[in-house]
Amino acid sequence: MKSFEYVVKDELGIHARPAGLLTKEAKKFSSKIMLKKEDKEADASKLLAIMAMGVKKDMTVTVTVEGEDEDAAFTAMQEFFNENL
Amino acid sequence: MAEERNKIIEGKSAFSGIAIGPIRELTKKNKVVRRNHVDDADAELKRFESAKEQAIEELGQLYEKALAQVGEENAAIFEVHQMMLEDEDYCDSVHNIITSQQVNAEYAVASTGDNFSEMFASMDDEYMKARAADVKDISERLIRVLEGKSEDVGDSQEASIILADDLAPSETIQLDRSKILAFVTRAGSTNSHTAILARTMNIPALVCVPAEEGLDGKQAIVDGKQGRLIVDPDEATLKEYEAKLKEEQRHRELLVALKDKATRTKSGREIRLYANIGGVSDVGAVLMNGAEGIGLFRSEFLYLEKDEYPSEEDQFQAYRKVAEMMAGKQVIIRTLDIGADKKIDYFSLDTEENPALGYRAVRICLDRPEIFKTQLRALYRASAYGNIAIMVPMIISRWEVLKVKDIIEEVKAELTAQKIPFGNPEFGIMIETPAAVVIADDLAPEVDFFSIGTNDLTQYTLAIDRQNAKLDTFYDAHHPAVLKMIQMIIDSAHKAGIWAGICGELGADTELTEQFVNMGIDELSVSPAMVLPVRERVVEMD
Repeated sequence: MKSFEYVVKDELGIHARPAGLLTKEAKKFSSKIMLKKEDKEADASKLLAIMAMGVKKDMTVTVTVEGEDEDAAFTAMQEFFNENL
Repeated sequence: MAEERNKIIEGKSAFSGIAIGPIRELTKKNKVVRRNHVDDADAELKRFESAKEQAIEELGQLYEKALAQVGEENAAIFEVHQMMLEDEDYCDSVHNIITSQQVNAEYAVASTGDNFSEMFASMDDEYMKARAADVKDISERLIRVLEGKSEDVGDSQEASIILADDLAPSETIQLDRSKILAFVTRAGSTNSHTAILARTMNIPALVCVPAEEGLDGKQAIVDGKQGRLIVDPDEATLKEYEAKLKEEQRHRELLVALKDKATRTKSGREIRLYANIGGVSDVGAVLMNGAEGIGLFRSEFLYLEKDEYPSEEDQFQAYRKVAEMMAGKQVIIRTLDIGADKKIDYFSLDTEENPALGYRAVRICLDRPEIFKTQLRALYRASAYGNIAIMVPMIISRWEVLKVKDIIEEVKAELTAQKIPFGNPEFGIMIETPAAVVIADDLAPEVDFFSIGTNDLTQYTLAIDRQNAKLDTFYDAHHPAVLKMIQMIIDSAHKAGIWAGICGELGADTELTEQFVNMGIDELSVSPAMVLPVRERVVEMD
């Protein structure tokens, strides 16, 4: 299992569009990719669940990846967050 | 009882603009979804799956339509809707209700939709609250497909003001654009997609307007600026608004005629027409008015909005965002231009007798290179993401330019050592002091461009403080000394093979546009609202 923390910089937080892109990206991997914010947790491949976490600007999320392709998924997720959020 | 005329209903403006016309009220047929027992749950599941397929296909078509009409950024919502339909939790919930309760798919979708939209509606974030409408929208689409009905938003013959409780993005995009004068919704927020689409489509829009029912067919005025709906206006009000509308239409005509046109005279001389901005939020206006780039991005806002020095990362994100939004068009960012007149507490600047001639702009940057370096690093990093140029204000001597270039070399070396990517931004200086004008020949070979700051240049040349009303008799914005200086600057630039532009207020003075073009100016950067009037002037020139 690998994980990293990320502070969201997007003004709107994890809003509909990046959440959609995130699920798209997450579905490319067989690894289980989870997002965690304080007490809430959601599967990165589930759009509504991610949006329902209500992650806003400046909040910290923890992303964990676990599975066969976790190395690739880890890198892809890091890139995704840096670029889109 | 006589009907009340001129009834003003106050709401919130989602997009300014004026519309006059009949109201067309869209009332949603109250859809009651019946709960029916089914024997064959598998068949219901299949019905749901095929309805989902069809809904996704419809959304694909809406996406294409929106893409053509309002661009990728706004069309993306329909892609998000497609993904919502494929959401595991959503589909699981529908499946579960069908199989566990042995009920029809319509009911399962309606219940699931209600549950999820309530979840969003209860969130403590305005943006997320507005997403409840998205979940409702996809659920209603599914139910309609399940019921075997085709999409119908009802068309009217006459252009009208659309009044509804709320509009789903799919409804907004399907309305015939030529039949919409304005959007008015009783609910909604300035964050709703309808509001966003209205802005992109340039349609006046009001939200949160507590209008009663039964207004269909009534004459009304939408005042998008003040956020009000005026029902059944009297003569005088109508006249007043017709005049305002005319003014607006002229601007809109300019927009249609000139927005995507090159800024070129009839004989083929082309100049670059850029816009001035003070922050990331101004980029919308830049794009909407068809500016070809950003000629002055005042970076001060990054410093003014904070209580401490903005970090390299914060600055990088802001610069990158603008560069990306401008998608390859040039973005000229002016480095820190503060001084005793624009005071920032944490800079702890001393009070000066004469701030205009004091410790400011590049002087602070060269005196406190650590602040300057942070900004330059952010600018260089952002230059990997778009067409950024860097411009330094208040230059008076050649050594200042050389010193800045030395610091830039240090920054580049550091970034290279850290393997952080950066682009190759153009480097220019502002010419806004008489000293810089006189030595422009010596400065030109050191830079890629000159940008003339006419406000300061005029103040320093005429020795007049523009804030002082007593000096109005002496002040002349078109003073020949200033115009001669501009000519000198352009000539020095061209002799060295670099370009010269104007980013001060004079650049937007349409009385001078023709003269500037004839003087050989290469670029004009004006406030977003002045882009089209200036372009109109240039296009009309021989």
